[in-house]
Amino acid sequence: MDQKDIKFRCHGVQVYYGDTHAIKDVDVDIEDKTVTAFIGPSGCGKSTFLRCLNRMNDTIASCRVEGDIRLDDEDIYHRDVDPVQLRAKVGMVFQKPNPFPKSIYDNVAYGPKIHGLAKNKAGLDEIVEKSLRRAALWDEVKDRLDTPGTGLSGGQQQRLCIARAVATEPEVLLMDEPCSALDPIATAQVEELIDELKQRFSVVIVTHSMQQAARVSQKTAFFHLGNLVEYDDTNSIFTNPQDPRTESYITGRIG
Amino acid sequence: MTNASLNTGGEAPKRSLRAQDALTKRRNAAERRFKAYGMAAIAVGLFFLAVLAVSIVRSGAPAFTRTVVEVELTVSPADIDAAESQLFKTKAYQDLFVAALDRQLTNNGVEVAFDPKAIERLLGKVGSTMREFYQANPAKVGKPVKFELAAASRVDRYLNGELTRDAIQDSRFMMKTDLDLVDVMVDTGVMKSSFNWTFITGADSGVDNPGGAGIGASVVGSFFMMLVVLVLSLPIGVAASIYLEEFAPQNRFTDLIEVNISNLAAVPSIVFGILGLAVFIQFMHLPQSAPLVGGLVLTLMTLPTIIISTRASLKAVPPSIRDAALGVGASKMQSVFHHVLPLAMPGILTGTIIGLAQALGETAPLLLIGMVGFVARGYPDGVVSGFVDPNSAMPAQIYTWAARADASFYEKAWGGIIVLLAFLLTMNIIAIILRRRFERRW
Repeated sequence: MDQKDIKFRCHGVQVYYGDTHAIKDVDVDIEDKTVTAFIGPSGCGKSTFLRCLNRMNDTIASCRVEGDIRLDDEDIYHRDVDPVQLRAKVGMVFQKPNPFPKSIYDNVAYGPKIHGLAKNKAGLDEIVEKSLRRAALWDEVKDRLDTPGTGLSGGQQQRLCIARAVATEPEVLLMDEPCSALDPIATAQVEELIDELKQRFSVVIVTHSMQQAARVSQKTAFFHLGNLVEYDDTNSIFTNPQDPRTESYITGRIG
Repeated sequence: MTNASLNTGGEAPKRSLRAQDALTKRRNAAERRFKAYGMAAIAVGLFFLAVLAVSIVRSGAPAFTRTVVEVELTVSPADIDAAESQLFKTKAYQDLFVAALDRQLTNNGVEVAFDPKAIERLLGKVGSTMREFYQANPAKVGKPVKFELAAASRVDRYLNGELTRDAIQDSRFMMKTDLDLVDVMVDTGVMKSSFNWTFITGADSGVDNPGGAGIGASVVGSFFMMLVVLVLSLPIGVAASIYLEEFAPQNRFTDLIEVNISNLAAVPSIVFGILGLAVFIQFMHLPQSAPLVGGLVLTLMTLPTIIISTRASLKAVPPSIRDAALGVGASKMQSVFHHVLPLAMPGILTGTIIGLAQALGETAPLLLIGMVGFVARGYPDGVVSGFVDPNSAMPAQIYTWAARADASFYEKAWGGIIVLLAFLLTMNIIAIILRRRFERRW
């Protein structure tokens, strides 16, 4: 694991919502081509921290981020950084499947279109097919690409959202509880998908399910009350937690 | 264990599901009552709607028909020369008409003696109408021409029973004996009722000629005004709402703007009228009575309505759609224009159509900027003059007619309301079709 590059280097990150101090002094290094899981009880700040990584928190007026977050050694909160460019590099999949109310094709093609990734229609078709294949959705929808994305089942919608996110060729994929609205079978499909995605991307996943973290991730970070309590290899966290709070959480005594 | 203890304590009597207890009965009765209230409210609403529709149609329908006298006659070149050589030329033409009418009645087997002056009273200035016709169409001289002349409004009212023979006082407008001629002409089919195209296509007439009054010119005025309102208020309103809803920081200043916009929607329209008079006409020296100015004033009035409804429909778009767009790297503007705005479009169109409908029916501000009914004397020559030439609008025209003394104008006012409602309905149907197209689910 040590030979892998560090994708995100976060140092002394503080997040405030108005007067509430939501993230307290978090240091974390996220590796490339690795699945990193953020676990912790509700309201511990793991989603907030995730949204710092692609500056989605900018859309919340009362939110203030301090500290140093570097993507490939570039400060993403630097004055000159355009959050739109950042978000093209750092894709995001949300908790609730949120396909655009457009056709399946348009859902996937939207990102490549606005970023000018395809030169012509054929190139766009290729990107759409590739992305849908990566999201393990191609075989199910290839005959009805022009039907609305909102007409798919919940699991298919979430995979469509993953296809949409990978279509822009991001370097990092952020997933905010991507399986919490899905049934176990759809969850298994998405987890399998995450495992494949880590060949190409660095994946950061927020999850409530410790089993899921154990299944899909190589590194796990445990957040509690806005603090990063423990960050280590997933195996170590679940078999040999260093902090008593981590132990309590993974054994089900708090949270 | 717990079951047993519960049963021994209460010994609740077993009740059938099919027997309703008192609480259920009360609840069901309340529900039935509430349904009945709703149905009663709808019935009352439908009743009043029906009363309105029936009374509008009954009062307005006569405006769409008029009584005409149809006489066929041939004027030879000799007749023309003879007439033109006389001192009272139109009198000579009128004599030709009277002779032709007399011939036509005789052919139908009726002998009636009538005062040639009665023709003037019943049909207006027949002579000058004929003279103008032959001067404009010299080719028609010597050929049979069918003249269709509108009868005076008193004839209309006599024929539909509003005016009785006893109620007529002999005057220069009508003599009791004229009615004998009317009866004869009706019996022989010379005088008949026909569809009043003049009302649809014509312009306003003088107070002494209700038969010639039409609403066409003011329909055109209203049309140009609505164009101005639509072209200005929709983009400005939508742009303002998008800025306020999606881009503006939330602070005291934007709060103040928001409160003021809401209040503007409730400002009486006459205030906008006097504002328009002061700003557009007295300060900016735009032409008076012009649909352009009317449109500008109504735009001011419509903007708050459009802004409020647009903001509401932008708010109703789920935030997850914005997140999704931002998440794939769309800029704020792209997320708004590609995703949020299309979803908000049905609501925006609803607000726009409410605003436009309000503007279409507005009278008071138009009166203040001079778009009163009697300026609608003719059609504009082209698109530019459609905007800047003096014209009226339908509601102002209706108001003008309703205020005139002659009772014939009263039915014109009702007829004008029918045309106004038809215009409004057309506008709404177009909007509904557009809205259907934009409607999508998420």
